[in-house]
Amino acid sequence: MPDAGVRATLSLKTRVALAVGSVLVLGGAVVLIAALAYGQQAAREAYDRLLLGAAADIATAISIRDGDAIVDLPISAFELMSLAPDDRIRYRVVGPDGATLTGDPATPLPEDGDGGEVVFYDATFGPEPARYVALTRRFAERSFSGPVRVVIGHTLLARRDLARDIAQNALFVLGGAGAVMALFAWLVVSRALQPLPRIGEALAARDSTDLTPLSLAAPREVAGMLTSLNGFMARLDRQSVATGKLIADAAHQLRTPVAAIRAQAQLAAAENDPERRDHITARIQDRAVGLGRLLDQILSRAMIIHRADTQPATLLDLRDVAVEIVEATDDLFVEAGLEVMLELPGRAVPVTGDALSLAEAGKNLLTNALRHGKPPIRLGVTPGPQAALWVSDCGSGPAEDMTQGPTERFSSRGAAGGSGIGLAIAREVAEVHRGRITMKTGDAGFVVAIELPGRAA
Amino acid sequence: MIRLAILLAMLSQPLAAQTAELTAVIGPGDATNALVLRSTTDLAVLGPVIEAYAEARSETRVLYEQWGSNDLRAISEQECQSGQAGADLVISSAAHHMVGLVNEGCASTATSGWTQALAPQLSWRDQLWGVSREPAVVVYNRDLLTPAEVPRSRFDLLDLLRPETSRFAGRVATYDIEESGLGFLFAFIDSLEATTFGGLMEAFGRSGAIATCCSAEIIDGVASGRYLVAYNVLGSYAIQRARRDDRLGVVAPEDYTLILSRAAMIPAGAAAPELARDLLDYLLSPEGRAGLEANDLMIRLDEGDGQIVEVTGTVETMERPIGLDPTLLVAMDADKRELFIRRWRDAFPQPE
Repeated sequence: MPDAGVRATLSLKTRVALAVGSVLVLGGAVVLIAALAYGQQAAREAYDRLLLGAAADIATAISIRDGDAIVDLPISAFELMSLAPDDRIRYRVVGPDGATLTGDPATPLPEDGDGGEVVFYDATFGPEPARYVALTRRFAERSFSGPVRVVIGHTLLARRDLARDIAQNALFVLGGAGAVMALFAWLVVSRALQPLPRIGEALAARDSTDLTPLSLAAPREVAGMLTSLNGFMARLDRQSVATGKLIADAAHQLRTPVAAIRAQAQLAAAENDPERRDHITARIQDRAVGLGRLLDQILSRAMIIHRADTQPATLLDLRDVAVEIVEATDDLFVEAGLEVMLELPGRAVPVTGDALSLAEAGKNLLTNALRHGKPPIRLGVTPGPQAALWVSDCGSGPAEDMTQGPTERFSSRGAAGGSGIGLAIAREVAEVHRGRITMKTGDAGFVVAIELPGRAA
Repeated sequence: MIRLAILLAMLSQPLAAQTAELTAVIGPGDATNALVLRSTTDLAVLGPVIEAYAEARSETRVLYEQWGSNDLRAISEQECQSGQAGADLVISSAAHHMVGLVNEGCASTATSGWTQALAPQLSWRDQLWGVSREPAVVVYNRDLLTPAEVPRSRFDLLDLLRPETSRFAGRVATYDIEESGLGFLFAFIDSLEATTFGGLMEAFGRSGAIATCCSAEIIDGVASGRYLVAYNVLGSYAIQRARRDDRLGVVAPEDYTLILSRAAMIPAGAAAPELARDLLDYLLSPEGRAGLEANDLMIRLDEGDGQIVEVTGTVETMERPIGLDPTLLVAMDADKRELFIRRWRDAFPQPE
């Protein structure tokens, strides 16, 4: 069913028909010209031979009598010429001195004088165009010597007829071939386009919430489109799931702090002791700040998930990401009176990905370390086939149950907002970049790293 | 009303190079259309057919000019070159002249149902059409020849002339080919047709045969007994005379009989080509053909007794129609003509 967004342009069949049609028309024009030229050539050759035969007949009928060349015009020459039945005939026999021995003295001679034994040339016969041949026979008798030229020609009616016949026949054959080609083209195109309506039908028959991939057999060209379509649907599916998650997450995570704030507020309203009321108010403020941070993280996570599907991956240097993380969290560390030690390799660490998402993930890890770890805190980048952006502190790391399990987003520790959601964001960013999160607790402390497939620089 | 006026023009214009032998106006004097017809056919023969035409087309008047074949060719060629046609329709028995004229581009094209119905060899380029059908026959004197002597073929004629003391010596006549275009054509086609022609010429020469002009003169000679046999006489004249004169016998030679078709063309630049076409269509139509047949211009050879033309062979195999095609151009060639006439003269020493 066409809708407002889809402009149905010329159908593929029509396009192919037009393309095939224009190829056939153009080809036909070329073939027509070729056929005409060929017909003309063939007719010319055929009738030139006839002319030459007649001229040779006449030439052999020349005899020398008493020092004169006598032409005993043979009937056979004219029977030959009668094969071009409707053409007018003109001939002339010219002696060595240029005098006309017999025939029509107005018959034109070839322009290039003594061009050779046989010269074909075009001239006119009255108002009509005509074709002539001049044949030279040389005599070396005692009483008569020199060249005698036989010139014979006729009008072009028979040549034109033959040329037209040949061209016409050629065109009939080629026209038939063209029609057969058009028919085959039509059949092939109809067959080739069959998958498209099939895909359309499969999509139309779907349930409105069904975003699973289409699995249909299709030719390679169409399969590409189908793959893109499936990819598009998968993205849509992911986003719709993510949106659902976000809403569930937000609802879950916000309910408890909001309820706590409301309870504190009720307490404050009922409290008469100003000192205690101030105390409660301070706790309400604390809670509200924590709630604000939680909200920030939820939104940031939503943003990252959204970006993962919408932002194109670009080539970037992981070191730049690390520097940006440190700059962005600078004020937090200043506030805490701590310093972050940055450990960067001398060479660029190229990865493909979204710089903003990666920075966000790094910030979360760094913030977690600031909140829950023990200084000194270090942020570093390691190059290699699995490039890593890592944060380490000297603490023992989070509790075991927080580092595992699929539902990290529900884990939250403490009233100030847990490291769980920060970790979850980092994990999702890693997954979107086809990487992973690793955590190690050792003697030196706790190291959490986002490992990404590296790229050769 | 039909008015037939015959004028003897020959004597009144002695200085002109070519003149008609005879002119006549056929058709009403107040007719709106006028058509000039030039023909080698005797007015007496073709006149009735034209009269019937004029009667059918009351608005057309035909000026009929009777010409000798060589003169007709000369004036037609002259007019063709000057681009001013003096005739609207030309009909000549000298088919080779007409083929020559058409070949020169002196004719205009016309087609109709009737012209297209003609046999292929009787039309050329849609510019030349054969309108009649006349055999070349042998005429003999019935009173002076016994039935056994009547020459049925050229071989019979040769046999008659062979004996040294043949009574046919000096009493066989044929056309003088220099004076008669038709005579030349018949002789020329004979020379192509069979080797008998050489023997015949030799026999004619040896026996002192007479070459003279004009069908009428020859037939008169046979009737009067001056000639016993005349060779290659145009059938139409012979038959017309034989119908009225019991002394004349007419034979279609059984070895082969030439069939001549008078050739008609409409000269290029004719003043009234439409009228000419109309007359041509009339001549080719069944009505016109019936008229031609009634005037012995459309002759069918039939085997069997009682026919005016005696036929002893099989009609299909003996007929040799003279086709209107470019091969007749050979007969128009100057050298060829000279050679042929020289050969003829060698056989027929001029009886001076």
